[in-house]
Amino acid sequence: MAERGAVLEGLRAYRLIAGMWVRSGMTYRASFVVTLFGNLVMTGLDFVGILLMFSQVDSLAGWSLPEVAFLYGASVTSFGLAHLAAGSMPQLGSRIRDGSFDVLLVRPVSVLAQVGGDRFSLRRLGRIAQGGAVLGWALVAADIDWTVSKALLLPLMLVSGAVIFVAVFVAGAAFQIYAQDAAEVQNAFTYGGTTMLQYPPAVFGKDLVRGVTFVLPLAFVNWVPAAHVLGRPYPLALPGWAAFASPLVAAGCCALAGLAWRTGLRSYRSVGS
Amino acid sequence: MRGRMHTTAGPGPGAGPEAFIALDRVEKVFDVRRRKGLLRRERHQVRAVDSISFTVARGEMVGYIGPNGAGKSTTIKMLTGILTPSGGRLRVAGIDPSRERTRLAHRIGVVFGQRTTLWWDLPLIDSYKLMRRMYRIPGARYRENLARMVELLDLGDLLEVPVRQLSLGQRMRGDIAAALLHDPEVLYLDEPTIGLDVVSKTRVREFLRQVNAERSTTVLLTTHDLQDIEQVCSRVMVIDHGRLVYDGALAGLHEVGESERTLVVDLERERPPVEVPAPARVVRVEGARQWVAFPASESAAGLVARIAERYPLVDLSVREPDIEAVIAKMYAERAGRASTQSS
Amino acid sequence: MGSARLYLAVAARGFRRYASYRAATAAGVFTNTVFGLILVYTYLALWDERPDLGGYDQAQAVTYVWLAQCLFAALALQGGGVETELMERIRTGEIAVDLYRPADLQLWWLAGDLGRAAFQLLGRGVVPFLVGGLFFPTALPTRFDTWVWFAVALALAALVSFGIRYLVALSVFWLLDGTGVNQVLMILGVFFSGMVLPLNVFPGVFGEVARALPWAAQLQVPADVLMGETAVAGAFAFQAMWAVLLLAAGRLLQSAATRRVVVQGG
Repeated sequence: MAERGAVLEGLRAYRLIAGMWVRSGMTYRASFVVTLFGNLVMTGLDFVGILLMFSQVDSLAGWSLPEVAFLYGASVTSFGLAHLAAGSMPQLGSRIRDGSFDVLLVRPVSVLAQVGGDRFSLRRLGRIAQGGAVLGWALVAADIDWTVSKALLLPLMLVSGAVIFVAVFVAGAAFQIYAQDAAEVQNAFTYGGTTMLQYPPAVFGKDLVRGVTFVLPLAFVNWVPAAHVLGRPYPLALPGWAAFASPLVAAGCCALAGLAWRTGLRSYRSVGS
Repeated sequence: MRGRMHTTAGPGPGAGPEAFIALDRVEKVFDVRRRKGLLRRERHQVRAVDSISFTVARGEMVGYIGPNGAGKSTTIKMLTGILTPSGGRLRVAGIDPSRERTRLAHRIGVVFGQRTTLWWDLPLIDSYKLMRRMYRIPGARYRENLARMVELLDLGDLLEVPVRQLSLGQRMRGDIAAALLHDPEVLYLDEPTIGLDVVSKTRVREFLRQVNAERSTTVLLTTHDLQDIEQVCSRVMVIDHGRLVYDGALAGLHEVGESERTLVVDLERERPPVEVPAPARVVRVEGARQWVAFPASESAAGLVARIAERYPLVDLSVREPDIEAVIAKMYAERAGRASTQSS
Repeated sequence: MGSARLYLAVAARGFRRYASYRAATAAGVFTNTVFGLILVYTYLALWDERPDLGGYDQAQAVTYVWLAQCLFAALALQGGGVETELMERIRTGEIAVDLYRPADLQLWWLAGDLGRAAFQLLGRGVVPFLVGGLFFPTALPTRFDTWVWFAVALALAALVSFGIRYLVALSVFWLLDGTGVNQVLMILGVFFSGMVLPLNVFPGVFGEVARALPWAAQLQVPADVLMGETAVAGAFAFQAMWAVLLLAAGRLLQSAATRRVVVQGG
């Protein structure tokens, strides 16, 4: 009960902080439009890269363009949602360095909520729109044998994927408390992760796939659910129910990330900056 | 209250049930890793705060001073719950700050001179509206407090101005108001007048006195500006190398530090050094202007009268000793005493 | 002679400054290696389907991936060189101070950027390249003179890279806010330098255009020089043409910007 109250309080604080940043962002309308468009193009060019590949080949590791587009759309949409929700966490290190992190610590609300809502910006919707458009096209173009479970799995996949990426952002923020200057490391897991998931798992080495399935379970963002939807063999021959395990994996990731964050914050407060 | 040099750790003056802030042998030790050579690293510990004890009663106004790196901001960070002490016991309003950070946050106000809590691109009033919701300030209370702040800090014309367009002094006033909207019982200010012009400084100081008188808000401020202490604080604490080396009235600090003030006199024309009674002495002559140093603990009036009756004066002014100089002198003296004791 | 020493000192300072960010450098090495790993697998899959795609064999494609990761920071393909600081100085007006320095503005920043590039090549570039060479089949030249030509191509690439970013930075004199142009720089830089896919894989007219743009001089040309896929003289001429054009345009824009500052009184 107390735990639930804390979560609700945290969400309220998040809304307050994010709302302030949205209003701040609106004071530079021209810049807002330019960067919204920029975000759209920026992520879009990744897909242009894939289209260029498919201008030269008919399939990649046995996957057709619509199938790869499905992976791409799911990965980018999930990541886009996470990036919208917690995209400024990679800048925690600079907040710690310039001392403004201390300002967050003297406010009567959750620090995690404040860090999550920090520099919240609607221009990040560009990525979601672009990923969603590609996913939409893929759903039409790919040869999918629709069932009720597949239709239900789709939103579940996107939300769970976003939550898994949020957990990665939170863990990355916790890491920055120890190593503010090494903030770039987490790009390997966030941006690197979403890039990797755009391609079929069969492309990558077995050990790499094992790593992103069992160690950092990014495979549950889209690879495993997509295998079910598209009727393809599961990576690493996982059992059939694994496609529906994404919410559980996401919950587990959140628990671990929360633990990491708490540990990091405690160490900040006992070590200082 | 007489000042005294701290030689042993123990509860400071004002200990008792009315103590609002209480520190008992509080320590903060940092592990510092230093690179030695290419790969080897050496670890050693730095005592940023070394067994500090003091209490502050409700409604007191205390100045907390010391050179950079002495442990001032570490202490403030522990008092606000940002940092957890390595040892000792610390209570603010009966709360252990680091354990109940958010509960304490409702009862304290913090102003960091160098960092703002205000939203850079939004009108000032928007930041206040956020404070209202974040601290859950009841509507009537919020309106009343805001009206009073606007009046005292002269913020009326600034409420609709984006913070990025405010001058440093205006922004500082805005920040102070933001820290007081939720009726905190204690206000911590870290260098509240740094970089401000004289008018802004005076206004901030006046305001602090007024708030303290109206609401008996406890005020603890760190500063480099002796005038902040002189005009605001009844009590001053000096910290050096993590230890509390002085706790008492400002006048006592001058005495302990044997600091000197300077009387600057402009004579009618160039003259040889004026005659003044010891220990006062002329330290500099430049054309018709002369500088006379005299103990800070003495009144300037006698000296002025004495010079005025013998020499025709055009103008005169008294320069306060710079706080760094006072403290430096005090430290030098302590070091000297310590070495005679040990030999 | 005296001024050469000045610019050398500026370059050395740029080198040292970036060398002092040890943790950031280590983090960058890690990230570049991970991205290299991801890309190398996708390229392997692509070249499995179409061996000889874009005139590269599989080993050459792998080499290309790791070279791209190696040069990513040094050539600031996504931005993030000295131009970020220059933009900030223009935005805050501090640039007026630079104008009074007894040094040429463009050469001053070029020297600083070359110092930065030198460090990032050694500090951030070498390790991913070695990792790639150790764990994947690569196509590296055995002839010494090829490596010398490669070094020349890299130096020209650094000039082109600076030329582009200097123009972008100076635009802040008129735009006042660098966020938008920075983003455009990032997008164009990543895509048209061939970070996503080698430019020789781009099909048709689109490919021809991409290979003629200045960004091609940064990654694609040095890669082709290294792997003996192009005539050295033609490659150098292409790079030098863009370097001269961009730096000259930079000078023109610089004098217009300077007049603007003087007129506005700083």
